[in-house]
Amino acid sequence: MPPDQMMVHGDGRGRGNGLFGIYVHWPFCAAKCPYCDFNSHVHRGAFDEADYVSAYERELAYFARLTPGRTVQSVFFGGGTPSLMAPRSVETILNAIARNWTLDPKAEITLEANPTSVEADRFRGYRAAGVNRVSLGVQSLREAPLKELGRLHSVEEAVAAVRLAQSIFDRSSFDLIYARPRQTLDDWQDELTEALWLAQGHLSLYQLTIEMGTRYYDLHRTGKLKMPDEDLSADFFELTQEMTEKAGLPAYEISNHARPGQESRHNLIYWRYGEYVGVGPGAHGRLVIDNQRHATACEKMPFDWQRRVAQRGHGMATDDILTWEEEGDELLVMGLRLREGIDPERFARLSGRRLSDRQIAELRSIGFVETLPNGFIRVTDKGWPVLDAVVADLAA
Amino acid sequence: MPTPLKNIRNFSIVAHIDHGKSTLADRLIQMTGGLDAREMKEQVLDSMEIERERGITIKAQTVRLKYTARDGEDYVLNLIDTPGHVDFAYEVSRSMAAVEGSLLVVDASQGVEAQTLANVYHALDADHEIVPVLNKVDLPAADVPRVKQQIEDVIGIDASEAVEISAKTGLNIDQVLEAIVTRLPAPKGEIDKPLKALLVDSWYDTYLGVVVLIRVIDGTAKKGQRIRMMASGAVYELDRVGVFTPKLIEVAELGPGEIGMFTASIKEVADTNVGDTITDDRKPTATALPGFRPAQPVVFCGLFPVDASDFDELRAAMGKLRLNDASFSFEMETSAALGFGFRCGFLGLLHLEIIQERLSREFDLDLIATAPSVVYEISLSSGETIHLHNPADLPDVMKIAEIREPWIKATILTPDEYLGAILKLCQDRRGIQRNLSYVGNRAMVEYDLPLNEVVFDFYDRLKSISKGYASFDYQLSDYREGDLVKLSILVNSEPVDALSMLVHRSAAESRGRQMCEKLKELIPPHLFVIPIQAAIGGKIIARETVRAMRKDVTAKCYGGDATRKRKLLEKQKAGKKRMRQFGSVEIPQEAFIKALKMEDN
Repeated sequence: MPPDQMMVHGDGRGRGNGLFGIYVHWPFCAAKCPYCDFNSHVHRGAFDEADYVSAYERELAYFARLTPGRTVQSVFFGGGTPSLMAPRSVETILNAIARNWTLDPKAEITLEANPTSVEADRFRGYRAAGVNRVSLGVQSLREAPLKELGRLHSVEEAVAAVRLAQSIFDRSSFDLIYARPRQTLDDWQDELTEALWLAQGHLSLYQLTIEMGTRYYDLHRTGKLKMPDEDLSADFFELTQEMTEKAGLPAYEISNHARPGQESRHNLIYWRYGEYVGVGPGAHGRLVIDNQRHATACEKMPFDWQRRVAQRGHGMATDDILTWEEEGDELLVMGLRLREGIDPERFARLSGRRLSDRQIAELRSIGFVETLPNGFIRVTDKGWPVLDAVVADLAA
Repeated sequence: MPTPLKNIRNFSIVAHIDHGKSTLADRLIQMTGGLDAREMKEQVLDSMEIERERGITIKAQTVRLKYTARDGEDYVLNLIDTPGHVDFAYEVSRSMAAVEGSLLVVDASQGVEAQTLANVYHALDADHEIVPVLNKVDLPAADVPRVKQQIEDVIGIDASEAVEISAKTGLNIDQVLEAIVTRLPAPKGEIDKPLKALLVDSWYDTYLGVVVLIRVIDGTAKKGQRIRMMASGAVYELDRVGVFTPKLIEVAELGPGEIGMFTASIKEVADTNVGDTITDDRKPTATALPGFRPAQPVVFCGLFPVDASDFDELRAAMGKLRLNDASFSFEMETSAALGFGFRCGFLGLLHLEIIQERLSREFDLDLIATAPSVVYEISLSSGETIHLHNPADLPDVMKIAEIREPWIKATILTPDEYLGAILKLCQDRRGIQRNLSYVGNRAMVEYDLPLNEVVFDFYDRLKSISKGYASFDYQLSDYREGDLVKLSILVNSEPVDALSMLVHRSAAESRGRQMCEKLKELIPPHLFVIPIQAAIGGKIIARETVRAMRKDVTAKCYGGDATRKRKLLEKQKAGKKRMRQFGSVEIPQEAFIKALKMEDN
């Protein structure tokens, strides 16, 4: 179905848009990377994976009762490191999804994987379980930064894993982190050239950010980690846009690049502000129930989450009904990351107010936003590097 | 019966801050039994919190002491505690006119300060007999002979019989009392003449209403009497007549030479004018006392609430302060930069600071103050003369024939090692040197200075270049023509009213450059380049640029965690609410506060 076409739930005010996906968070990692602030935990000691997976089954059943009648268009296994899961566990979870909802036969089923040789060995198993897309955390095609970033794979392993994934799955993608300490524009140009040559349909290119609670945060605060300044960071961004566009993988989202048609359908559900269930420790969801949008988040600690699910059938720690203003804010914050932009009419329906014409005119006059023939508003190439400021202006 | 004139002594105490005026006053009260030990609070007379904290007196207060002298006679000693700061020069002069003598208190370790001098001159102007008192003689750093010499050299009065005391320990306080009786003259006056009294001060008391402090010259004032204020013409009936010991004690009447209070159902302090003459309504005196002059604000500034919703509260608070301080004036003002607020007039910089502090402390208000401005006299081509309180209101230059600005006579006392820097500061501020003399290793400099140069961080600069050792005092002298121009600050080509100022042409460029540099640091980068300009008329004299933001985007998406990004956006939105909009530029309110401070050059 065309994503822009509204499919109405509830009373017809139309808070949903027919997009529906499921995010499954696997919280475990073999090691914690110094830059990563995702909900990941290194677990040692006895662990009954089958028992742990049964908690996902229960939680999925719980959410299915809240969201009857939906068709699942996408499933995403994120983490953490979901490629530490046994293929059997993935299969169990996918079966549970198919039992509880209608699973679109053409649904995109993505699994995040680390490109170590051990994990690559499981690719065929994941394929057999139903996974049709992998996203590999390559992060760099240079040995030294891989070590610094705390990654457990070598460049050779990574390249091999990418090739293997491309041969096994319908679609695949990999991530790189750039604008790293000491990295020059020339370094990045070379590395990205290789990456574009290696990539097939999709690439995620993230600038390194310093997040609270990480080891990099402490190093940065004490001056031991020198990050590129605003100008260099902007130059990195520009170079990246230029090169990917030339290579036929333009950005369809601020950090995501794809050949047309190869976009991540799952992430598009987030950015187009559709509905998604989030299961597993720390997972977030957005659900429209009785024409109200719920923002759900599960307990973060892996075994507390498991205990909660055992006790209550779900691991949610928060379940907030968003105000109209909050919905409007989220639509802007998510939607303006996309090249396609947002529908101002939908913004008005969700938030109960219209975007300021004066504000739009002003931003248009200085070349930061544009209005498309279909009425959508999008941030221009010039506006993209300062997206957060543009969004703040529009939202104010 | 009123006390016979020969048994009355009226006096004030002249001293620099911290030299022990209030402590001495407390000792005198204690020794004469005005209050018992339990009732003695530290520094009884400075009753406002802020007065006690800063060691300064804002309102005149009085206390009547009973003293049996060595000659066996009972005396009534009336002490008027005067405001100790130049801003209140007129009030000081009226207090001084109400008494016949002064104790000149000088810290025996510090010596004479500029402020001591200014107040001593008031005392001399009022023909006071002056008794020098050296305080803190018990301190190891005390140097009695040197300070005596200094008093003789600088002030020109005989210090050989100075009383050497320690107000803190009580040493020789009895000698002070004896000196008051023997060395100060008794007041003069005639009880049979019509009432003639000087209005020394007035204040608002929650229980009593407006309390008026008077010094009776001739005749008597008693309860029930109908009195007339000669300057205002208002007539009141006295409800209550009394004296302070310092507790209020009602008396039947006040006679010649006596100092006391009355209440008369007066609604506002503003209905009473310091220096006015009070007389009997039916049998008035023929001539009013000389020297009366209505209160004139000298320094103006805009006061705005940081939070616009505090406006009504600010208005109410100002109204309350004005109840007790008629010399403080305010009227509503609006500013594009700062919103709704008030243009306020003050007697001087200290007065401004005190009011501001009381507003924030007693009323818990967060305020922004614009740069202080003086009152300019402007002759228009039409022949009309106007008084300008706000640089933003300057008429079109084409219509102006002449601008005149107030000048002051400043006296600065400083250890000589800082003299060079201080002279340079005064020169930089268009000062004209009048006198330079040395007293030991201290230099005394007298300068004529334009007041608008002094209100602009002069005092802070002086303190910092002299490490706090220089003391400074001033008196308004006259208005002089000045080559003054209006300096406008434009942000993205929009003038920012709150930052415009009238400056001397010679200072305009550096002031403009300073302001532009400062704003460049204070205005956050926007999506576009923002020019900041300083201009005189249409001519740009300084320019800075706030560069455009180049990168501001969170790359990661955090899975479906829209909450985290929304919270960031909410923070940004909240930040924008604290901004002031100038065309398409948003300036954080803190930027105005900081730009207006300009303390560091």
